[in-house]
Amino acid sequence: MQTVETVALTKTFDSVRAVDGIDLAAREGEFLVLLGPSGCGKTTLLRMIAGLETPSSGQILINGQDVTGLPPRARDIAMVFQSYALYPHLTVFNNIAFPLRAQGAGKAAVHDKVTWAATMFGIQTLLDRKPRQLSGGERQRVALARAMVREPAVFLLDEPLSNLDAKLRTSARDELQLFQRQIGTTTIYVTHDQIEAMGLGHRVAVLNAGKICQIGTPQEIYAEPTDTFVATFIGAPPMNLVAQDGAIVGFRPEHMQLAERVAETAGMLVVPTRMHRIEYLGADELVYGTLEPPFPEEKVIAKVSTSQPVSAQPGDRLEFVVNQRDVKRFDRDSGVRADAGGAA
Amino acid sequence: MAATETRAPVASPNGGLAGVLDSEIWLGRLMIAPAVVYIVALVGFPFVLALLYSVSSVTVGSPELNFVGLANFRRIVENPTFWEALRNTFIFTIVSQVIVLVLAKILAMALLKDFRGKWLVRLLILLPWVAPISLGAIGWLWTFDSIYSIINWTARALGIFGPDTWPIWLGQPNLAMASVILVHVWRLLPLATVIILAGLTSIPQDIHDAAEVDGAGFWRHLFVITVPLVLPILLVALLFGIVFTFTDMIVIFILTRGGPYDSTQVLASWAYFTGIDGGDLAEGSAIALFLFPLLVAVAVAFLRLARRTEVT
Amino acid sequence: MTPAAYKLRRIGGDCAHVGILATFVIFTAFPFYWMLITTFKQTRDLLNTENNPFLFNAPPTLHNLDVLFGDTLYPQWLLNTAIVGVAVVAITLLLAVPAGYSLARLPGRWAQHLAIGIFLTYLVPPTILFIPFSRVIAVLGLQDSLYSLVLVYPSFTVPFCTWLLMGFFKAIPRDLEEAAMIDGLSRFGAFVKVVIPVSTAGILTVVIFAFTLVMQEFVYALTFITTSRNYTVSVGVPTFLVRGDVYFWGSLMGACLIVSLPIAVLYNFFVSRFVAGFTVGAIK
Repeated sequence: MQTVETVALTKTFDSVRAVDGIDLAAREGEFLVLLGPSGCGKTTLLRMIAGLETPSSGQILINGQDVTGLPPRARDIAMVFQSYALYPHLTVFNNIAFPLRAQGAGKAAVHDKVTWAATMFGIQTLLDRKPRQLSGGERQRVALARAMVREPAVFLLDEPLSNLDAKLRTSARDELQLFQRQIGTTTIYVTHDQIEAMGLGHRVAVLNAGKICQIGTPQEIYAEPTDTFVATFIGAPPMNLVAQDGAIVGFRPEHMQLAERVAETAGMLVVPTRMHRIEYLGADELVYGTLEPPFPEEKVIAKVSTSQPVSAQPGDRLEFVVNQRDVKRFDRDSGVRADAGGAA
Repeated sequence: MAATETRAPVASPNGGLAGVLDSEIWLGRLMIAPAVVYIVALVGFPFVLALLYSVSSVTVGSPELNFVGLANFRRIVENPTFWEALRNTFIFTIVSQVIVLVLAKILAMALLKDFRGKWLVRLLILLPWVAPISLGAIGWLWTFDSIYSIINWTARALGIFGPDTWPIWLGQPNLAMASVILVHVWRLLPLATVIILAGLTSIPQDIHDAAEVDGAGFWRHLFVITVPLVLPILLVALLFGIVFTFTDMIVIFILTRGGPYDSTQVLASWAYFTGIDGGDLAEGSAIALFLFPLLVAVAVAFLRLARRTEVT
Repeated sequence: MTPAAYKLRRIGGDCAHVGILATFVIFTAFPFYWMLITTFKQTRDLLNTENNPFLFNAPPTLHNLDVLFGDTLYPQWLLNTAIVGVAVVAITLLLAVPAGYSLARLPGRWAQHLAIGIFLTYLVPPTILFIPFSRVIAVLGLQDSLYSLVLVYPSFTVPFCTWLLMGFFKAIPRDLEEAAMIDGLSRFGAFVKVVIPVSTAGILTVVIFAFTLVMQEFVYALTFITTSRNYTVSVGVPTFLVRGDVYFWGSLMGACLIVSLPIAVLYNFFVSRFVAGFTVGAIK
């Protein structure tokens, strides 16, 4: 059974369709990431699932039950906000205990559960502090503990890592993933950061302008994007898109190899490039250049490992080749994937 | 940003003046000086004078400052009117403030949501604050009139008052106090509501959302989340209200002149009648000064409480 | 609970909401409705105990307003109040705007102490000061003159307005002034040319608030002014329009309405800014 399901869910704000007829299903235990640029509707979608926004039309089901008319507290969900939304006047203990007390749990039960949740996140020594005395990482854990303590059917997370500094973010991401795999609760996670999405999710749903462009595993999304939006949103630097023969052709920077280093180039796509800059990034180099005929004059980026760096001068003409299986074709007008292999 | 020494102006045509205009420290002092001087002159100086008067025998007729020690204060304390006035002042202040606070809290919460016609509702609710209180009080004078009271008329028309019930609002001691409190509450409600509304809107929406998701029902949400977070501003509103009401006399002056039989006489109004109507400046000042220590105590208590409830 | 039950709860809540608002609006506004009717009521209609006071039982009349403007000094009082108001607001701005900026921007812990000190001046209210003031005013020869009010009123407008302005100025990002200073202005120049124009709305709010305080003031005006010609509206109306035991209700109510309504409309526009300024000042 699907744990969370939305059916033709729509939300309109003043004639703007923030969420446009979305059908979504999250399986039990799944970590589903909603990924997209700001304004794509992912947070609105999450808030509707939580019950904080009323849909304009459509349905939301949790564990098979229609919850569309129910307030948040009747939906068996928990949410972690981007700002954590810890109650500033309550101690950490009381913050975590709040949902339990709201359910009417007894004093002993409250104490036990709070201690259990706090220990799971390693914050049991902070129980007497107030939020303003905690660091960003500690606050995040309190927010997670508070969400977990009720053992809900679904976790909803709204960009919970974006307030942490970069270094902390990587370790927090790791812990979050371990935690979710261990607990096994269905999780829906909103982010605009594609690295986070790829690293955390079982499946990733890419949203744009209120619709889902593609939903699939990180591998599927990366290797077989269904349209140009997904192709360029995922991957840094983004997939190179070039007009050719009335269609759009795409290939990823790391799939561009220098022709002279490839044994057999027959059948490969040849990409002649005039290079104007090389950017050294440590493990990789980025080669910036402009395409030469027969391609139109468009900019491309190639990613080359520094174990085999490119030695060339600005203005040199380089010949790259791309394996045909790594070349994707898209419709010129709609951007939709035109060749076989577009996954759903 | 910590201030350092005066930056030496570079090629400035005004020389020293430009230095001052740029220096953070000196500019700050210069800009606040006029206000400080004015306040010291017009608040500090008369205050000292009031102290001097209270220990003298100054009257309008004989304005010499003859030092009489604490004689005025002793005379006042021995006067039964003083105790009546003191009691009334406390009742007037505490009851009206509690009522205002509760009502303002309810009204502020009702005004949080956006709805059609909100601007009109806001305008109508602001009216008591905006009208000069002396004039608004006169309106209430007619409303409480012993013969034509509109309250009585309506109550009788609706059948709430029987043929024998005709309260003389401003003529009976307890009713008079109730009437005076009612008008004062009416007058303070808009400002208190606005202040509390300010506090309510400063709570981030995220916190309310989190409480909803966490399962808080209406009352838990209100008393465990909203009220504690509004408390600092609530206390500020309460402090202003107490100081203001404690020393106010306009409503009483217009409605009852302190009557009937001094049942609505407060320290402030009594000070006026004694000092200005009666011409005894010394005694009037002394009466008024009884207000001061109470105010200071209240202010200190609140400042301390407010600091303790700060959460961010 | 079923979704239907929740919906019912919500509808019930909405009804309660409307009910509460209606009750409060009636409470605050009905005296003004009352004043409106009474202003245009004929005296015999008003004084007839049989009549429904909420309606016009005799045709409405402008007689009361005629009396107000023709037979009393009401127009003169309006003028007096306006003069005092404008003068006091000007003085208040002159003192409070720089002071508010100083407290908002310029560093030093003494700034915070001064802010509390200014707030504490409200602990010495007019009720304590009006008696010594009556002597000071007499000595200065300003007895019975509007200048006495112009001199004294800023003592209660300046502290609060300084506090409000401090809140408004704090809300303006420092970047604006810093950019101006890099462009060649001195700090004071940045204040005059950049900060003040940007905070026009806040300053207007303070102007209206100060004007309201002036219009409301009663104790000082009652104490200092003795000739009816020099009264302000706040004092003139209660003392003059009550001859012995006879109250000229119609004219009284008209007097009140004329003064209140324009200010109410103006105030309504600025109330949200007032709230914003108050919040920033209070929640440091």
